[in-house]
Amino acid sequence: MSILIDSNTKVICQGFTGSQGTFHSEQAIAYGTRMVGGVTPGKGGQEHLGLPVFNTVADAVAATGADASVIYVPAPFCKDSILEAANAGIQLIVCITEGIPTLDMLEAKIKCDELGVRLIGPNCPGVITPGECKIGIMPANIHLPGKVGIVSRSGTLTYEAVKQTTDAGYGQSTCVGIGGDPIPGSSFIDILAMFQEDPATEAIVMIGEIGGTAEEEAAAYIKANVTKPVVSYIAGVTAPKGKRMGHAGAIISGGKGTADEKFAALEDAGVKTVRSLAQIAAGLAEVTGW
Amino acid sequence: MNLHEYQGKQLFAEYGLPVSRGYAVDTPEEAAAAAEKIGGDMWVVKAQVHAGGRGKAGGVKLIKSPDEAREFAARWLGKNLVTYQTDANGQPVSKILVETCTDIADELYLGAVVDRASRRVVFMASTEGGVEIEKVAEETPEKILRATIDPLVGAQPYQGRELAFKLGLQGDQIKQFVKIFLGLSQMFQEKDLALIEINPLVITEAGDLHCLDAKIGVDSNALYRQKALQEMHDPSQEDPREAHAAKWDLNYVALDGSIGCMVNGAGLAMGTMDIVALHGGFPANFLDVGGGATKERVAEAFKIILSDDNVKAVLINIFGGIVRCDLIAEGVIGAVEEIGVNVPVVVRLEGNNAELGRKALADSGLNIIAASSLTDAAQRAVEAAGGAAK
Repeated sequence: MSILIDSNTKVICQGFTGSQGTFHSEQAIAYGTRMVGGVTPGKGGQEHLGLPVFNTVADAVAATGADASVIYVPAPFCKDSILEAANAGIQLIVCITEGIPTLDMLEAKIKCDELGVRLIGPNCPGVITPGECKIGIMPANIHLPGKVGIVSRSGTLTYEAVKQTTDAGYGQSTCVGIGGDPIPGSSFIDILAMFQEDPATEAIVMIGEIGGTAEEEAAAYIKANVTKPVVSYIAGVTAPKGKRMGHAGAIISGGKGTADEKFAALEDAGVKTVRSLAQIAAGLAEVTGW
Repeated sequence: MNLHEYQGKQLFAEYGLPVSRGYAVDTPEEAAAAAEKIGGDMWVVKAQVHAGGRGKAGGVKLIKSPDEAREFAARWLGKNLVTYQTDANGQPVSKILVETCTDIADELYLGAVVDRASRRVVFMASTEGGVEIEKVAEETPEKILRATIDPLVGAQPYQGRELAFKLGLQGDQIKQFVKIFLGLSQMFQEKDLALIEINPLVITEAGDLHCLDAKIGVDSNALYRQKALQEMHDPSQEDPREAHAAKWDLNYVALDGSIGCMVNGAGLAMGTMDIVALHGGFPANFLDVGGGATKERVAEAFKIILSDDNVKAVLINIFGGIVRCDLIAEGVIGAVEEIGVNVPVVVRLEGNNAELGRKALADSGLNIIAASSLTDAAQRAVEAAGGAAK
């Protein structure tokens, strides 16, 4: 078991024939992801990486029965691509692209919610269920099938947590990068709820960062609903106020969204917090007895 | 991206909102001429910087003659204004806004932001204008009124009326407020804004609403489709190193410490700063070389870090996902050879081609400290920079 994706997930790629789409689709196919085709308007009927190319997502869904789509198209076209996938019957959309205008995401998110479509990202590494299905840009070889569910706002911080849990032999059930933008398609809470229900997930690692109140909301949710052990790290203790730290969402504004506030909220919810990102696996060992 | 007050007021005027008549000028002579052109016997002169708290810092003044406008401009143009929102160096003043003087009976607050929790544009209004709104929000949250905008239908007049009545406005002020509210909402949508603040929105002695200040933040991700706003970009308000880094697609934020950090990924860059601090050191910067780091960009990043004289050691922390560690190593070696580095460099490479990268660094014959883990890297960097503080 896992969440969101497994070996049966049929995946298409939007922006398939572009350089990013090509590179990461090759990697996904090599990993064993069940890629069934791709979409590039105007190139329908061609073959790419041994898979059919379609003009529209609707065509791709009709021909392949795809249930997930990964988006690598440039930021100005992402709202359109998300809405196309959502309206074509895709159930899971993973948007990797960074730099999408916030107001575009605000509208895309509303439509996805209306249609009951799960959107992950944007500005994220994607989702991987080790040994089964990889949708995104994460390096495959650091993962190990296992029992820790990982959810994070940051790509490379996810890799750190993955490596530590692999080195310790715990492995991962599923890893989800929800992305560093102010309006993410899925929140910590959405993913925590799935991990809580997933029999394969025995413990959860949640990696947050400064900015917004998503971690505080997650803490309240964990307190009320999550019985599995949770270990959390928040990046940005040393970040100054008012300076945007790379991610569009990582800014302490009006004195809100500091790492200390987030650590406090999580600790109050019974979460094991670690102040050093090198201590994630050690934190897991402490709360699980592994 | 932030706009200057005078630019914000130009936008306000475009949307039919009530702003003072004024001119943004570059020289003392133009300042005096602007005052004469506006006419009357009292004006306000305001230094244009991307920071609040200008009044208390002497950057806003009521004047009674064009000569005083000239003096004020001569006093501030080309100088830096230091306020509680700037760093110790302040922000450079390259324009002065000369405006008609507005008499004030009362001060309100009106602002709008993208609220992440509700995932909507939310307006905030308060009778407590003219002061730090953050303090009002913290100490007396009940004094902040809110209106959430439905993106599918946009702001509605009834929402403006609700706010106006709750603010205690009367008569024609209700209509004026609704017009301002709807105009701002339309502007927020059409101009891809991230933030609007009018603080204060004043009620004049005659009982009319008037936008006395304008603070506008634009969504940087949307600038590609906002050509007119692109033109308003003022690079003088940014740290020169940060602006230079941005040209190379590097995300750099200058800090006060002594350990220069070069990391891939924004989250890991923050995490690296934190672990340095945890081991008693002080990070000199945030720097994300990004996922598509090339040899050239790494070399440039190195130069930017070393252009900060406070840097006593450099910590390079790379978790190669897409980016290959051997390329990073080549970039580091190239930069060290080219510019000559006289501070210790601690490197931790992990992930894609990490072995090759480590080998390249070891074979380079350069004074590079290879770290075996993240904790080890942080400890060695702190040590190399002269040991833990306190």
